[in-house]
Amino acid sequence: MGVVSPRDHLAAVKQQIRQISADRAAELLASDAAPAFIDVRERDEYEQGFIPGARHIPRGNLESRIEQHVSDREAPIVIYCAAGNRSAYAAKTLAELGYADVVSLEGGFSRWKQNGYQWRLPRALSKEQFERYSRHVLIPEVGEEGQLKLLDSKVLLIGAGGLGSPAALYLAAAGVGTLGIIDGDIVDRSNLQRQILHTEDRIGTPKVDSAEEAMKAINPDVNIVKYTERLDSSNVLDVITGYDVIVDGTDNFPTRYLLNDASLVAGIPVVHGSIYQFEGSATVYKPFEGPCYRCQYPEPPPPELAPSCAEGGVLGVLPGVIGTIQATEAIKLLLGIGEPLIGRQLRYDALAMEFFELKMRRDPHCPVCSKDPSEIEFIDYEQFCAMPARAATATTIEEAVA
Amino acid sequence: MPPILRQAVGGAREVDANGATVRELLDDLTGRYPAIKGHLLDEGGELNRFVNVYVNNEDVRLGNGLDTSVDSESTVIVLPAMAGGSPT
Repeated sequence: MGVVSPRDHLAAVKQQIRQISADRAAELLASDAAPAFIDVRERDEYEQGFIPGARHIPRGNLESRIEQHVSDREAPIVIYCAAGNRSAYAAKTLAELGYADVVSLEGGFSRWKQNGYQWRLPRALSKEQFERYSRHVLIPEVGEEGQLKLLDSKVLLIGAGGLGSPAALYLAAAGVGTLGIIDGDIVDRSNLQRQILHTEDRIGTPKVDSAEEAMKAINPDVNIVKYTERLDSSNVLDVITGYDVIVDGTDNFPTRYLLNDASLVAGIPVVHGSIYQFEGSATVYKPFEGPCYRCQYPEPPPPELAPSCAEGGVLGVLPGVIGTIQATEAIKLLLGIGEPLIGRQLRYDALAMEFFELKMRRDPHCPVCSKDPSEIEFIDYEQFCAMPARAATATTIEEAVA
Repeated sequence: MPPILRQAVGGAREVDANGATVRELLDDLTGRYPAIKGHLLDEGGELNRFVNVYVNNEDVRLGNGLDTSVDSESTVIVLPAMAGGSPT
């Protein structure tokens, strides 16, 4: 075998791959169908700054990690390093793995910066945060980046009761940076059979205060925003705007319908949970992507046909299962991972110990989500839900016409 | 059968009913258990809009409605809207 100098080897590799200029890379990055940017430098280099949106995979881990980030072999990829040499080798490696559209950034990150293109400093978890969230950081789908995303996220919990309790505790533990919680109730002894946010010694205190104490005790990092007002048509948009995900754990139809309509206007996904006796269900209403609550139930049942948990009872553990599923779905939505329960209703029967799924579709004639968000108007939900079904039909039709 | 209707059918979680369509099935069922009729059907005999019926996990309202056909292998699930959670 002949001896090849590293310099000649590099030149030969560069012949086998495609390179693009920093100017072209900047154009691609700004385009609607931006390719995946992969930064193959070492961590200490990456910490000095990177191209916005780039994934950091040190070259030594490239082969083992690339599929986690780019599974489609046809997807366009731009690889860069500091000066364009390591990325040339990396591009060759990816081509060998079957990636068909890989280019190396000529001149690397240095040229990018010289040409005045935008770059960012990565954020990093503090030492304490790294320790607290280490089990998240270890999961490739979450990682440090995902944990930082959770810390930047805002989730609104509607209700600090049976469903809200496990959801609030787990979301606080997970490090969701801002947790809003809305509940006008005070802690009652009859809550303690299932509402694990609250304690015997906090009976008589507002649920939001009790919830804050419990969440802060688990994770002092979390910013808690408390609301004691009742959600109505006049305040709902002010309350929900700015949140990334809403976890709905209410027990009444007026709030469910109001929240549905408002979340469509504000474009915020709602993780829905409901429980009764031994059975519960959970789903995700993602505005205009899947069905909404009104697609599923165009009208509420008349009150006499819809007993609440206060009337019909509920197994204390049941909201633990459903509320925890809601927290899971919220985290998936925040991180953009997995398959959320959009268009699927997960049902749980504790007595049979069975889970099953029902398919749900958008109703093209839905009185709410078939409209443009700017055309959605709030109605009097108390009245809507108190009316016999027949009269309510008339209202809905008028609404649709109006 | 959903929990809120079970009492009306003697506490059964599952009941058998006969019919070639969902409509016939519900007619058979409400004939035998008149107490559930008001829950499921409106005065015109159509499905109440707060009740969903799923045949093999698909919502019939988005298919042929009460005329959706069923056979001896079909699983039919009746689900009224459920609000349960915590008061706010």
